[in-house]
Amino acid sequence: MMQFMLLFSRQGKLRLQKWYVPLSDKERKKISRDLVQTILARKPKMCSFLEWRDLKIVYKRYASLYFCCAVEDQDNELITLEIIHRYVELLDKYFGSVCELDIIFNFEKAYFILDEFLLGGEAQETSKKNVLKAIEQADLLQEEAEAPRSVLEEIGLT
Amino acid sequence: MPAVSKGDGMRGLAVFISDIRNCKSKEAEIKRINKELANIRSKFKGDKALDGYSKKKYVCKLLFIFLLGHDIDFGHMEAVNLLSSNKYTEKQIGYLFISVLVNSNSELIRLINNAIKNDLSSRNPTFMCLALHCIANVGSREMAEAFASEIPRILVAGDTMDSVKQSAALCLLRLYKTSPDLVLMGEWTSRVVHLLNDQHMGVVTAAISLITCLSQKNPDEFKTCVSLAVSRLSRIVSSASTDLQDYTYYFVPAPWLSCKLLRLLQCYPPPEDGAVKGRLVECLETILNKAQEPPKSKKVQHSNAKNAILFEAISLIIHYDSEPNLLVRACNQLGQFLQHRETNLRYLALESMCTLASSEFSHEAVKTHIETVINALKTERDVSVRQRAADLLYAMCDRSNAKQIVAEMLSYLETADYSIREEMVLKVAILAEKYAVDYSWYVDTILNLIRIAGDYVSEEVWYRVIQIVINRDDVQGYAAKTVFEALQAPACHENMVKVGGYILGEFGNLIAGDPRSSPLVQFNLLHSKFHLCSVPTRALLLSAYIKFINLFPETKATIQEVLRCDSQIRNSDVELQQRAVEYLKLSSIASTDVLATVLEEMPPFPERESSILAKLKKKKGPGAVSVTELEDSKRESGELNGAGERGPDPSVMASTPSPSADLLGIRSAAPVSNAPASAGSLLVDVFSEAGPAASSGAVNDDGFLRFVCKNNGVLFENQLLQIGIKSEYRQNLGRMYLFYGNKTSVQFASFTTTVSCPGELHKPVEPLVEGGAQIQQVLNIECLTDFSDAPLLNIKFRYGGALQNLTLKLPVTINKFFQPTEMASQDFFQRWKQLSQPQQEAQKIFKANHSMDTEVIKAKLLGLGMALLDNVDPNPENYVCAGVIQTKSQQVGCLLRLEPNAQAQMYRLTLRCSKDSVSKRLCELLAQQF
Repeated sequence: MMQFMLLFSRQGKLRLQKWYVPLSDKERKKISRDLVQTILARKPKMCSFLEWRDLKIVYKRYASLYFCCAVEDQDNELITLEIIHRYVELLDKYFGSVCELDIIFNFEKAYFILDEFLLGGEAQETSKKNVLKAIEQADLLQEEAEAPRSVLEEIGLT
Repeated sequence: MPAVSKGDGMRGLAVFISDIRNCKSKEAEIKRINKELANIRSKFKGDKALDGYSKKKYVCKLLFIFLLGHDIDFGHMEAVNLLSSNKYTEKQIGYLFISVLVNSNSELIRLINNAIKNDLSSRNPTFMCLALHCIANVGSREMAEAFASEIPRILVAGDTMDSVKQSAALCLLRLYKTSPDLVLMGEWTSRVVHLLNDQHMGVVTAAISLITCLSQKNPDEFKTCVSLAVSRLSRIVSSASTDLQDYTYYFVPAPWLSCKLLRLLQCYPPPEDGAVKGRLVECLETILNKAQEPPKSKKVQHSNAKNAILFEAISLIIHYDSEPNLLVRACNQLGQFLQHRETNLRYLALESMCTLASSEFSHEAVKTHIETVINALKTERDVSVRQRAADLLYAMCDRSNAKQIVAEMLSYLETADYSIREEMVLKVAILAEKYAVDYSWYVDTILNLIRIAGDYVSEEVWYRVIQIVINRDDVQGYAAKTVFEALQAPACHENMVKVGGYILGEFGNLIAGDPRSSPLVQFNLLHSKFHLCSVPTRALLLSAYIKFINLFPETKATIQEVLRCDSQIRNSDVELQQRAVEYLKLSSIASTDVLATVLEEMPPFPERESSILAKLKKKKGPGAVSVTELEDSKRESGELNGAGERGPDPSVMASTPSPSADLLGIRSAAPVSNAPASAGSLLVDVFSEAGPAASSGAVNDDGFLRFVCKNNGVLFENQLLQIGIKSEYRQNLGRMYLFYGNKTSVQFASFTTTVSCPGELHKPVEPLVEGGAQIQQVLNIECLTDFSDAPLLNIKFRYGGALQNLTLKLPVTINKFFQPTEMASQDFFQRWKQLSQPQQEAQKIFKANHSMDTEVIKAKLLGLGMALLDNVDPNPENYVCAGVIQTKSQQVGCLLRLEPNAQAQMYRLTLRCSKDSVSKRLCELLAQQF
């Protein structure tokens, strides 16, 4: 089972964090700090897996973003690597060539997509079509529900 | 700022995010955030009711601020309000906020649970999914209590939509993992297994994770899943690459599901049904064959997905460990990967071969790759790959190649990365001991270790070499000669001085015939190192000197002079001063006979598991050293240490996480000192009476008895450390939270704790505890059968350079697993009579140690966990209680009667239980409580 997933930039800024095990806020911060540091220190050609505490870390860099998952001892590293890739594909398809900024400005969407794909640290739906269908349905509901907004809101002042 | 691509576009949020991004400094960012927080707070508090959209936007902003790493202490209520909105997006943001920021504010949980309940019964699949996602994300016990019975129903109901089923399956998995006692097996379980046959691949993919977890815990109930999994796997493996449409990933059919199916099969032994087994073997062969086919795509995703399945299949083959043909094919396949240009594959091949090496069928095949692996150790550029290579060399080592492997590891040590040196040292030490044919080789290897990587040679390693030399008289002369030579080096490591001092002190006489190593030469050599050494080593050397006086009377005058000089006899260190004074006195007043008796050669050490192995195991976490390896080393160390009593059967110990199980011998070699470590706590002290074996007697159990009738409090406290405990029990399960507080202002380093019950008992704690900080550790406890010995907790850490070592009894007592039982007077006495066999009763009459106040006694009895029964005993002064102890294997009914005699300040305590050992144990525990 996946224990957590972290997305962070080359500068070490966390862009998304998803925890599938209960940990205190403090522990989460410490883990993220440690791991970000460890991974950023590794050279590009190194292998994508490493042992860390009693977990296996699987990570891959896509452009300016690192995707990093922690899985348990009996879990399969390669399939986890492809979990990462599938998630990147989902983001890419949804945002249309995704970039770091999309994830920053639409972080809630990135979480929603992840929840459709993985739940409780396990793959819930691996079909790209089905995941995107679920998200697009939600977006459709959203647009119908949009109410007219005030002028102030239009220029972003509230 | 980029255009918001899709959906609603909360413009205020986008502006805020870009403001934050434009902040030039951390201070500016904090300022901007505080401004925003003030704004949101005033909106939430304002008189004007906010519309859903604004509420959503502000909650979302709060979430963003939290994810930036700032604390959020309001907005929860607004988020909960969003949950009951009938607009999807508002609900969705509400749920997201709750999922990320939930805290166990009980009032709020009730509201959240209400909203979830409404959505689950809404029959609107998108709402249901949101609610299920939230439960799966939070997964708290309160949620389990509220929904654990509802979700199985949703999962197996005929009219549930596929997407809801998927979420329900994984949601249930999460609840089962957090609160297994609340997810009750029932009629739904058999229907869950049949989800493996579901037409919808997504449903199968989600359900199989749940089935795998349930199978691990209840293998018998779920064993029908084996044949279903095999046929599903077979259909996938034999399908053309386009058959599964969107579930085909880069020309590989359903890789995630395939891996999960292979994983599920690893919960079971090979299928007994010949047809099923044949079909499965066919699948495995097909998977191995496909690895040899040319790739259908050049993309790395294709090969990764394909190889993910291959590695999982190999894991299954290794798990079965019964098909020599498949094992050898697997090994050859991994051999190819060892030379692959992809680093990832080399890494995984090394890792997977490690487990293959322990199979008798493939051990030899693995060994043929030794040169490649040694080469990997030397040339891989990535330390994590080198680490795997070292692991594999360790695993493939046996008598035939031990010398080569140990030599390679030693030479690698000279340049090895600092991060893995300590582990390498342990491995070399273990291999050298395990495969020592002649002990001179063993001694040479360990001394080499100290020479090459002295700083990384832990105490366990050099203790061990001394234990072995003491137990084997055929190697003592050689050891003395070798350490003598090693000490000639102008600069030698302090660990070398320790070993040298100890061995020459014991066996220096064996080389004293040679004028080049005459007693005085030996003494002068040792003493030339004295001033460069730390206090513990000096203390050890002083002991060696007094041994010299006994071995070689001609050195007496010289040594007495050394002892007499001010720097010894007035040394500021208490331990050194005391030794100098006492040894000086001993040497001057004791007769030769007395001296010879006091300073006799150390008796052989009792045989025990190598403490080095225990240390390696601790380093690598439980499970890293397999049971077979453990047994193996027991056997080997038995040979090495000569005859001796074998410890309890290791297979029994390794498989019972019962609190009563003995240690794996981990504790036996560790020093236990309650006082802060000083030179006096040096373990292998020539003068300690029975050597390290006596240390277990020093277990600290002061706090233990105080917890018989309560679950929370401070277990231990000294000047450095405070250990608090919080625990809760439910039926035969318990959970204990340990809080380690550093009372000093200095960091504790290398902080490790070991609980002496093997199994999945504990997570490692942080190795560093900052000054003033507190860390927490959680232990999950399962009572398998009744027990009387409590588990032990061993804590080690470094405080300002000194190793602190502490062993405490954990307050887990049999009464923690009581369920109170209410009963009427008549029932009570009827049962009392039924339990009338003499061994079922335990009785004690004892003096009151505490107040005999009725309320105090009642509170204690309630804390004990039994039901306190009123109006049962004809004498109203007496107390009677009834309860059932829940263990995994059985339930034990217990009745208690406590008769106080206020005048005499005495009690009579009587216990009758359906199991005699329980009566006895409870009686012992309780007699000390009143």
